[in-house]
Amino acid sequence: MTSTIIANIIRFIILVLLQVLLLNNINFLGYINPYLYVLFLVLYPFNTPQTLFLLVSFLLGISIDTFEDSGGINAAACVVIAFIRPAVLRFSFGVSYDYQTVKLANTPFGARLGYILILVFVHHFILFTLEMFDFSHIFLIAKKTLFSGIFTVILILISLTLFKPKRR
Amino acid sequence: MQQIFNFLIRNKNNILFLLLLGISLFLTIQSHSFHKSKFISSANFITGGIYDWANNIQTYFHLEDYNKRLVEENKYLRSKLTNIQDTISEENFLDSLSYEGIYQIRTATVINNNYSKTNNYITLNRGENSRIATEQGVITSQGIVGIIDQVSPNYSRVISILNSNSRINAQLKKTNHFGSLVWDGKNPNIVQLVDVPRQAPVKKGDTIITGGRSLIFPQGIPIGNITDFSLDVSESYYTINIRLFNDMTNIGYVYIIENKDKAEVKALENIDD
Repeated sequence: MTSTIIANIIRFIILVLLQVLLLNNINFLGYINPYLYVLFLVLYPFNTPQTLFLLVSFLLGISIDTFEDSGGINAAACVVIAFIRPAVLRFSFGVSYDYQTVKLANTPFGARLGYILILVFVHHFILFTLEMFDFSHIFLIAKKTLFSGIFTVILILISLTLFKPKRR
Repeated sequence: MQQIFNFLIRNKNNILFLLLLGISLFLTIQSHSFHKSKFISSANFITGGIYDWANNIQTYFHLEDYNKRLVEENKYLRSKLTNIQDTISEENFLDSLSYEGIYQIRTATVINNNYSKTNNYITLNRGENSRIATEQGVITSQGIVGIIDQVSPNYSRVISILNSNSRINAQLKKTNHFGSLVWDGKNPNIVQLVDVPRQAPVKKGDTIITGGRSLIFPQGIPIGNITDFSLDVSESYYTINIRLFNDMTNIGYVYIIENKDKAEVKALENIDD
């Protein structure tokens, strides 16, 4: 149990630093940035109390916001996906989630991809909507959500493959 | 009473979610108004320190570029200096105490720079301890960058001209018709000059400089070239697209301008209130 907590704290710090020092400066084609830090919320243990999870995700979002000078847009997006995550888990993994037996690495690829896609696109849509703060830019919001979302999902899948837990 | 507690405990996650979402939305809305976002800013000592550390490594990769820019600027200044020495001698200054002029220039390094969002900020590695204060102008040798809006003891945050909240007074170089410099959030090389009266002789390729109506920038700092222009809906003002001289994606070193007479002028302007 303690090792899980320490692993999550280390993952938190590494992902925040990676995001603000490296990934925010990519600006591929001028505006496409991956938001890999969502990986923390994807991987966060499924069986922890929801209250703690909401607080941790708020903390994650607000840390990114402090570095980016973006007010509270990342915090809002993180809190929303933390709130909907139980529903998304039940939708993607079905009954095995209800028995608390699901491990992300052991799930079928299709279900895992669906779970990641929903979380990432909801997060990006809220993030860019709040950033523009103007629904007359809805086309730009959709464009940014789509391209940055694809970039993020690819990076998350790569990281999951690279850091696969060892089989016992 | 028991039922209220039961209700609260049963719905504690929903209530917490609404509370946290409310806080984030509050911070978001606050960040959209100039000068309000106090606490969550990259100029505090943790974020500033981390950016400073990362920048120490990055600067080495750009040294050659910065050197070239400095040599260019030195060349330009030297040519100005040799021309000016003939015409000005010390007797021309009536008051020898004001020999230095009203502007004080300081230097700083950019440790964090955004340009891909709609509201961009830049973080500098100088703060209150180097006598940087809010509402001082920030420029490079090529053009303007923005205005200081937050200071901590060792760091400061600049509201970039690439920010939808930024409004800077600017004018045509040829005539004195002025307007406000804003950004539509699309291209980091193109900014817009709005509210220029229709009488102004606007031509493609003309230079735009800062106007003398603000106390932040001295008059005549170059901004960019006109690429195209159109009349706005009321048909009485121009909206002009300007290509910046400055490459906002690669800034490096900046100059911060302090207007030493600002307090005096402000006091004079507010005398009626």
